[in-house]
Amino acid sequence: MFDALTEKLGSALSKLTRRGALTEADVTAAMREVRVALLEADVALPVVKDFIAKVTEKAVGESVIKSVTPGQMVVKIVHDELVTMLGGDPNSQEMPTLGGAGIDLAAPVPVGVLMVGLQGSGKTTTTAKIAKRLQEKERKRVLLVSLDTYRPAAQEQLAILGRQVNVVTLPIVAGEKPEAIARRGLDEARKGGFDVVIYDTAGRLTIDDAMMGEVETVRDIVKPHETLLVTDAMIGQDAVVTAKSFNEKIGITGIVLTRVDGDARGGAALSMRAVTGRPIKLIGVGEKVDALDTFDANRIAGRILGMGDIVSLVEKAAANIDHEKAEKLAARMQEGKFDLNDMLSQLQQIQRMGDMKGLLGLIPGIGAAVKQIDQSKLDPKAFKRQEAIIQSMTPKERRVPDLIKASRKQRIALGSGVTVADVNKLLKQHQQMESVMKRMKKMGGLGALLGGGGMPGMGGMPKMPGGMPGRGGFPFGKR
Amino acid sequence: MSNWFSRLVTGLSKTSNKLVTGITDILTKRKLDDAVLTELEDLLLTADLGTETAGKLTQSLAKTRFGKEVTDEEVREAFAVDIARVLEPVARPLSIDPTARPFVILMVGVNGAGKTTTIGKLAKMIAAEGRSLSLVAGDTFRAAAVEQLRVWGARVNVPVIAGAENADSAGLAFDALMQAKKRGDDVLLIDTAGRLQNKDQLMLELQKVGRVLKKVDPDAPHAVLLVLDATVGQNAHAQVEAFKAMVGVTGLVMTKLDGTAKGGVVVALAEKFGLPLHFIGVGEGVDDLRPFTARSFARSLMGLSPEG
Repeated sequence: MFDALTEKLGSALSKLTRRGALTEADVTAAMREVRVALLEADVALPVVKDFIAKVTEKAVGESVIKSVTPGQMVVKIVHDELVTMLGGDPNSQEMPTLGGAGIDLAAPVPVGVLMVGLQGSGKTTTTAKIAKRLQEKERKRVLLVSLDTYRPAAQEQLAILGRQVNVVTLPIVAGEKPEAIARRGLDEARKGGFDVVIYDTAGRLTIDDAMMGEVETVRDIVKPHETLLVTDAMIGQDAVVTAKSFNEKIGITGIVLTRVDGDARGGAALSMRAVTGRPIKLIGVGEKVDALDTFDANRIAGRILGMGDIVSLVEKAAANIDHEKAEKLAARMQEGKFDLNDMLSQLQQIQRMGDMKGLLGLIPGIGAAVKQIDQSKLDPKAFKRQEAIIQSMTPKERRVPDLIKASRKQRIALGSGVTVADVNKLLKQHQQMESVMKRMKKMGGLGALLGGGGMPGMGGMPKMPGGMPGRGGFPFGKR
Repeated sequence: MSNWFSRLVTGLSKTSNKLVTGITDILTKRKLDDAVLTELEDLLLTADLGTETAGKLTQSLAKTRFGKEVTDEEVREAFAVDIARVLEPVARPLSIDPTARPFVILMVGVNGAGKTTTIGKLAKMIAAEGRSLSLVAGDTFRAAAVEQLRVWGARVNVPVIAGAENADSAGLAFDALMQAKKRGDDVLLIDTAGRLQNKDQLMLELQKVGRVLKKVDPDAPHAVLLVLDATVGQNAHAQVEAFKAMVGVTGLVMTKLDGTAKGGVVVALAEKFGLPLHFIGVGEGVDDLRPFTARSFARSLMGLSPEG
């Protein structure tokens, strides 16, 4: 549905030859595409306008580096500005730190954390996740307090989650009002020697004056050190209205973006950061109680622009790979060895990573190319067939592929239900991979542990369309 | 009648005030030129109509009025007419087939869309029509989701069928349908856990619920309602697409239309998918579920009186 911005810019700027510097007309043409891309990613309109003004100013007159196209150059400028606006450093080489909670605890105990947001944004689940993290990673004693007396069973939900993550929740007193619960929570936190107390509030609309008044009263009672606005990553243009009013009426110190594990582009992150000036502290990445990450501007920027998410790719690969097998494979690769058994286990590893198309979509710059790849090349059945071919070989053939001559090929083809040509293709692929391994050994380094020899089955992938960076020449491959 | 209209207006007017002020700012009788058109398109974008639909609507306006002097009222009226035309075909009520016993309704959607609350309101509406029904607490995953539905059941006086904690939701749905069939209930309303549409495993699990229901009644589920949050942006397209492909969504419900969100994405959804939009949720009260009416929605979105 969304084409990669790079592709769009590529077509908008395709008429341009590589000239010395970007002119105003070049940039204006490119910005129309940027505008649409940002709006489709749900970035709020006022923010889009502001952003485009800034980027235009930066881009006009910028000289185009020799090795990139004007389109790529513009994308780089857009990307860097986006990262900066999201509060990150576009030139950062560091991988996101996954350890910290992102919550500021530099205040006298008990440190109050107030959770606010619209209905259904994920406040209660996030509350439990933060509590777990503070208690386990930062060794803090945490008390959870639910002030949601409106949604049926909301208090029970927090109590159950509290038990799941081994964090104390304030006992529920039926019929008690939010203000009274807040007072009791603060009292209990002081008496019980808790380090942190997190108040989960009911979902509310910013136009509901009575409800906003209630949370103001609660704020004045508990005097939170952190007030976190929890928002769903799927939210549209309303993000800016919501963030602005919560910030004006309650005063927020940070934002938590939930459901980032979905496929929404998450433009809301940019909108809310821009209108409140508050950092996005944490992101929710799953339904499990430990699925909480610190925010990484580079990742989200790439995602908003539809440039893929290389970090997610690596994580997805890491989560699904069979480590023992991978290590064994790596050890053999280090020796420059790569027989058909190794290829088989690599094939199986790749299949475990799941849907190839989804996986490819995560590779920066490749998103648009995915569509052009011959469907059969992406077909998971292609891997299955290759697997079957190898499995129709004898152990000896797998170790010494040179043995496989005409009659053996015929037998293998029959055994796996393919043609001799398919067998030949596989053997050739193996040869290519083997030679890569040998070269790597010669070079002494083993840079790529996983699938370093290129993924089998992707041999027939077409070259990137003109103007698209190849995988090697991606201009911001520093991540 | 006027009562629910006025509710819709209060609900939506909060949302459309900004839009209207915007249009008024741009046009107090100005010549409709490219600059004005761009500004109008931008305003539609802020209502989540999406670049494609917003572009189409402004183009259509330009066709008849380009270069003419226009007032903001005229522009709003014109937009409202065009939007209503798009929405008219999808504004269809949920019709419950009385020969299906029970008529099985499966509620699906992403996390936090408002499925359980909508079931509570829908149950009251169906019971008020004199039909017998029960609710199935199919969200066996989220903490206290079963409890939440039980409270709603008690509130509207409708029995709730629930399984053990973390029970298989497909098995529960199967048992519930068997029971309902035996009792000869008119309607069975099944809640499901929220799931993001890109989670293959969870989507397959949902598909399984649909499959096992068919073992009891080949026509079940008779209705699959996808619940959408009005604050949702362009991701709504992906949601409809995925849920439609997996469980054959038959209709939509849009919730939380009482906020600052405008729900304009439904206009684009109507164009693209043509799925009926049965209900809108306009508040947290048990009576805050309304049938969707194209004209009043379109007019309210444009800040016009729904009945004018």
